[in-house]
Amino acid sequence: MQVSKEEILHIAKLADLNLQEDEVQKYRENLEEILNYANIVNNAPINGLEETISIDNECNVFRKDEVKQTSTLEELLQNAPDSQNGMFKIPKVIN
Amino acid sequence: MSREDYEVVIGLEVHAELSTKTKIFCSCPTEFGGEPNTHCCPICMAMPGTLPVLNEKVVEYAVKAGLATNCEISRDSKNDRKNYFYPDLPKAYQISQFDKPLCENGYIEIEDKNEQKKKIRLTRIHIEEDAGKLNHDDFGGGSLVDLNRAGVPLIEIVSEPDISSSDEAEKYLRKLKSILEYIEVSDCKMQEGSFRADVNVSIRKKGEKKLGTRTEMKNMNSFRSIVRGIEYEIDRQIDVIESGGKIEQETLRWDDVSGKTFSMRDKEDAQDYRYFPEPDLVAIRLTEEYIANVKSSLPELPESRKQRYLDKYKLTEREAKLITASKYLSNLFEETVLKTNNPKAACNWILSDISRILNEKEIEPNEIPFTSDNLAELIKLIEKGTISSAIAKKVIEELFENPKEPSKIIEEKGWIQISDEGAIKEIVLKILETNPQSVQDYKGGKDKAIGFLVGQAMKQTKGKANPQMLNKLFIEEINKM
Amino acid sequence: MEIYELTVHELLEKLDKKEITKKEILTSFQNRIKEKEKDVQAFITITDKQAEEQLEEIEKENITTRLAGLPIGIKDNICTKGVKTTCASRMLENFISPYDATVMEKINDEKMVSLGKLNMDEFAMGGSTEHSYFKKTKNPWNLNKVPGGSSGGSAAAVAAGLVPWALGSDTGGSVRQPASFCGVVGLKPTYGLISRYGLVAFASSLDQIGTLTKDVEDAAILLNVIAGHDEKDTTSATREKIDYTKVLNKGVKGLRIGIPKEYFGDGINKEVKEAINKVIKQYQDMGAIVEECSLDVADYALATYYIIACAEASSNLGRFDGIRYGYRTKEFSNLKELYKNSRSEGFGEEVKRRIILGTYVLSSGYYDAYYKKAQQVRTLVKNEFEKNFKKYDVILSPTAPNVAFDLASKIDNPLEMYLADVCTVPVNIAGLPAISIPCGVNSEGMPIGFQLIGNHFEEATILNVAHAYEQERKFRQNYKPEFKK
Repeated sequence: MQVSKEEILHIAKLADLNLQEDEVQKYRENLEEILNYANIVNNAPINGLEETISIDNECNVFRKDEVKQTSTLEELLQNAPDSQNGMFKIPKVIN
Repeated sequence: MSREDYEVVIGLEVHAELSTKTKIFCSCPTEFGGEPNTHCCPICMAMPGTLPVLNEKVVEYAVKAGLATNCEISRDSKNDRKNYFYPDLPKAYQISQFDKPLCENGYIEIEDKNEQKKKIRLTRIHIEEDAGKLNHDDFGGGSLVDLNRAGVPLIEIVSEPDISSSDEAEKYLRKLKSILEYIEVSDCKMQEGSFRADVNVSIRKKGEKKLGTRTEMKNMNSFRSIVRGIEYEIDRQIDVIESGGKIEQETLRWDDVSGKTFSMRDKEDAQDYRYFPEPDLVAIRLTEEYIANVKSSLPELPESRKQRYLDKYKLTEREAKLITASKYLSNLFEETVLKTNNPKAACNWILSDISRILNEKEIEPNEIPFTSDNLAELIKLIEKGTISSAIAKKVIEELFENPKEPSKIIEEKGWIQISDEGAIKEIVLKILETNPQSVQDYKGGKDKAIGFLVGQAMKQTKGKANPQMLNKLFIEEINKM
Repeated sequence: MEIYELTVHELLEKLDKKEITKKEILTSFQNRIKEKEKDVQAFITITDKQAEEQLEEIEKENITTRLAGLPIGIKDNICTKGVKTTCASRMLENFISPYDATVMEKINDEKMVSLGKLNMDEFAMGGSTEHSYFKKTKNPWNLNKVPGGSSGGSAAAVAAGLVPWALGSDTGGSVRQPASFCGVVGLKPTYGLISRYGLVAFASSLDQIGTLTKDVEDAAILLNVIAGHDEKDTTSATREKIDYTKVLNKGVKGLRIGIPKEYFGDGINKEVKEAINKVIKQYQDMGAIVEECSLDVADYALATYYIIACAEASSNLGRFDGIRYGYRTKEFSNLKELYKNSRSEGFGEEVKRRIILGTYVLSSGYYDAYYKKAQQVRTLVKNEFEKNFKKYDVILSPTAPNVAFDLASKIDNPLEMYLADVCTVPVNIAGLPAISIPCGVNSEGMPIGFQLIGNHFEEATILNVAHAYEQERKFRQNYKPEFKK
């Protein structure tokens, strides 16, 4: 399994991570090594097997449509790095 | 080549907010408005460690929408994560549905330009959550995130590219909106964004099999801009092709002010949403019994109402169609008929004055500020002769401005009809004195002259005189002359 | 024995006999923390003062529920209202949860008092607790060795007597492996037995809260407190409540134990194998029927684990963006920079490695080759266990291929670190319950653990089987951590 530098940069972009030059190299090697190992799933006898999506076969777990309010605005904003007028402040976003 | 040489292919993705009391995955209220971030909890704010729990009404409403649009309802459905970063999406993924939507393979019928029935096929209807809102900070030069809308339930209704003009697009959207209103799963308030469409447009030369490259206009929320946007895109795409260019597949923003579309630059990279099954939620497996129950709870749909209006209330085809096009108009009509037993009058008021004012004000029927009680009372006041139709028209205008009982309006405005014979006779004599020519005309056999005289009298009394009585007295008095 | 050396059920006996008071218990642990925390470094946040106040309150109000006032330690990825929950990450260095995790509500309902939040690998990613942003926890048996991970703080704190018991979380072995490294009992319940609400997600379909205790009976007591359906977690199971303390003395006569031959291959250390063979012998002596069996999916399970866990993690960790909470970079001039710099500076190396791997396997063109296949392998692993549970009541294996390793010896080799999870990971892939019990020490005096795996919701069975062994082989009475330097 070969992973190119461009691929690592593309993946980092999807994940919103910045990588330094040395990190690119390191993660590229790690990823290749781990993927090479992970490739053994391709040898697994899985023909015709369903995918496991929920671990037990539970289904249809729903909630009633009833309003409950649990937290105050103060509690919800207490960890915000920057807020204003009860809202989270971020750099200007141009639509 | 000209526009006639091209064929237009349109597909629509409609997002409708469901009118549940709470959000899709938490118990916060969905009410519109409210101070920023006050309809929020740790779950819809994506605090670490929180988990979603699906609102049962969301599933029920989506299934209703599916049944009302002739969809197959999936017996085995699930939720998936759609991953992308944007500040209005606090989890950095939207819980949506990817390969197993709740409803598939439906259709809606519209009339094409030749008034022939045309089926617009629906690919799918799936459930998902709405995003929050970014407000601009006028002073600090930043943006402010309000998550009150984050997690409000949506259904996305995806059509096949079966629509071939802006007119058909509008008809399809109006029909869809009316169905969702009828089954009461969405209030479809376009100005609040609770019914909005992504519009995919492409063109191809007539006879060409292959679809042209499409462009997508996102988040359109008025019929007028949708029609204008489509027309603009058709012209633009033809221009590009006619001048030897190629259409780029891209996402566009329609600007209502300039009447143009603009490319949304920051989405230059093809998105990779990395969909995968949502591990925090279990599968949705609907039983035959569940689906049958939802089906039996569906209210009467527009088609069947229309037939009833034809049979029972003797409306014309056109009248029945126009009234049933909107659930609100149709409800207003039915309730008014119940209270007045006068379908003709109710129909006339709704289709003439009320519809005209809706158009002028560019508002939707669900925003009519008065009730069927008000309209019924108005009709009765006319029947009793308390007011004339001319006054009634003014009352309707007033009902849109300051809704209250019509009897109160006419009392406050002094619009009660003059039906006192003595008072009316005085007016009649005065008018006859100043209009000898009309008297001559009438005597000469021109019956229309009476109409003119009544009109003059109405003008003088600002519409308050009883027109029947005027008519009778004018004839009596002329005959005496 | 000192108070801090006693199990909780022993403390309860002494309380019943009025030989000690709850205040004395708390004080004993406070003093022990003062004495040993500087060596062990198990805590991220110590809340013994709050615990003292809570205990005063409890005594004032004369609350007499059985566990009221007893101390506990909490892994720092379980949300606690009003106390920092850091996940051992710079990203959440100052994060205070606005709500309590469901397990914390249950702990609070019992009026237990928390001594603090315990160190771990950042976001539970790792097997040595060396990936903590704050500190490296040391193994109380030898301070030059790792305590295992990711619940290394929890395991070390219990082993060192800093807390009587603790909560951890187990995504691929994160409760059992450190339990084995530190010579304590680690229980990972069936996926769905315990609510995940308030456990900061690493891999949602694998994460499960577990217990670290001095012995099996304590595990049963603590499981009684935290098990049960929660309407806030749709993946939590609706089942009748069991009193796990009542299932412990049923013996193992006639019980069928499967020994998967794949867990005794070259990858497993010789001394570990020998210790496990003695365990097998012990069970045979007690009347159990022991047979070799086959679980030919261990390698597939491990590969599958890293695909699924990283894929889910890459999505679960997207919410850490420096907007609503958490670390925000100082260096940004626009939104994109805010996102990228906050995430790049806030996450450690191992977390970023897994986000990259997870993003890769979900990305367009690779989903079918990795993620989809892994989900199918998951079915294969489940089927393989199911087959075995038709024949056996429990499956027995080593917990880890080796004993605790030296600090810093594997930190630069992620794949080697991942391979060490081979015994524990299949259990999470299949959502089964498993327990690690100490069964001896190697020639260097480092503890060795064995693992019992049960069928879905068969916690009662594995607790009973584990307890039977423990009654015969009294590890705690024979070995004690020595804080070797």
